[in-house]
Amino acid sequence: MYNFDFEKPSTVADAVAALGQEDAQALGGGQTLIPTLKQRLASPSKLVSLKGIPEMVGICRGDDGALCIGGATPHVQVAAEAGDYPALAALASHIGDPAVRNRGTIGGSLANNDPAACYPAAALASGATIKTNSREIAADDYFQGMFTTALEEGEIITEVRFPVPEKANYQKFVQPASRFALTGVFVAKYADGVRVAVTGASEEGVFRWTEAEAALSSNFSADAVPSAPSADGMIGDIHGTPEYRAHLIAVLTKRAVAAAA
Amino acid sequence: MPDIKMKVNGVERSGSVEGRDLLSSFLRDDLGLTGTHVGCDTSQCGACVVHVDGEAVKSCTMLAAEADGAEIVTIEGMAAPDGTLNTIQQAFQDHHGLQCGFCTPGMVMSASALLKENPKPTEAEIRAYLEGNICRCTGYHNIVKAIMAASGQDVGAIAAE
Repeated sequence: MYNFDFEKPSTVADAVAALGQEDAQALGGGQTLIPTLKQRLASPSKLVSLKGIPEMVGICRGDDGALCIGGATPHVQVAAEAGDYPALAALASHIGDPAVRNRGTIGGSLANNDPAACYPAAALASGATIKTNSREIAADDYFQGMFTTALEEGEIITEVRFPVPEKANYQKFVQPASRFALTGVFVAKYADGVRVAVTGASEEGVFRWTEAEAALSSNFSADAVPSAPSADGMIGDIHGTPEYRAHLIAVLTKRAVAAAA
Repeated sequence: MPDIKMKVNGVERSGSVEGRDLLSSFLRDDLGLTGTHVGCDTSQCGACVVHVDGEAVKSCTMLAAEADGAEIVTIEGMAAPDGTLNTIQQAFQDHHGLQCGFCTPGMVMSASALLKENPKPTEAEIRAYLEGNICRCTGYHNIVKAIMAASGQDVGAIAAE
């Protein structure tokens, strides 16, 4: 790994200031970034740890009822304390392995937007709001393709707000070596309709399966899930073909609806 | 070079590190605590697991500078000062929970973290908790047995595979 300076500020304002240096980069739990640095795929001049900022850690209910999770909150804490949104807590409890969950953060996962990560599916299916040091971004506007988000250079995710659904479930078909989702589907039923988000399948990263959303909004049952979407644009690799992933989307959506209903 | 200090196995330790130095290399190269093994160096195998402020962490995937001010426990901190093995280590020996032994430090540290949060885990819970610890020798069976035994449970209840 190339060398870099290290800074660990204790406030969001200091972190933003530290990130003002050219080629400075934010460090969450480092569970993706550190392996990336080891491969010399990134060479920041400085890493700014977000792990020492108390205001960015914790879980609470907002005035509007939404579950608010600080950007530097580790997965293990979401798993233990997001009981108001059980499907989200369950998702957090199955990311990576226990040691990874002790370090990895929700903000880090969403900022990285790995096409097979779990949290992007939860955020998109919940219509979450990504709150940064400078603005609020709707999940529908936030995810912009594989490893690409609406975040500007030096912008920090300080909080993620999840509207709590009536029913929800996440089904992850685990790729056992990486423990990422080979394909994962998050289904969330709200009073005004159902949202279905798919991770691990598309070359464009996480996406909403709108056809299933329409069908499930009028009939929330596994039988209502449409047949598998087209395999065009799906990821094909040694672990699964595009057709296989497309098939999994329908299967996992049915399982998620059955588990949630 | 940032100066860091941390309590390692109950002893205050300090040193100067580069930003890029990993906790695993600080423990092994600077402090000489080579019981923490680096297997894959890609946070897959778990041989490098240590406890940071009581939580299991892969020390190859944490910067040494991040551990400034933390309390660290490594495999060297598990046995009593006179070398008497702790309950988990003794159970690994009794149940042949190791062959080559390379993964064992991480296995013991993960098992210790598991039993702290879940003193009587089921076989399935043990296997799930060890997802991030890879052993290429034992097939895990005797490791699971050892952890069942260390938690005071009946090892015979585990079906042979």
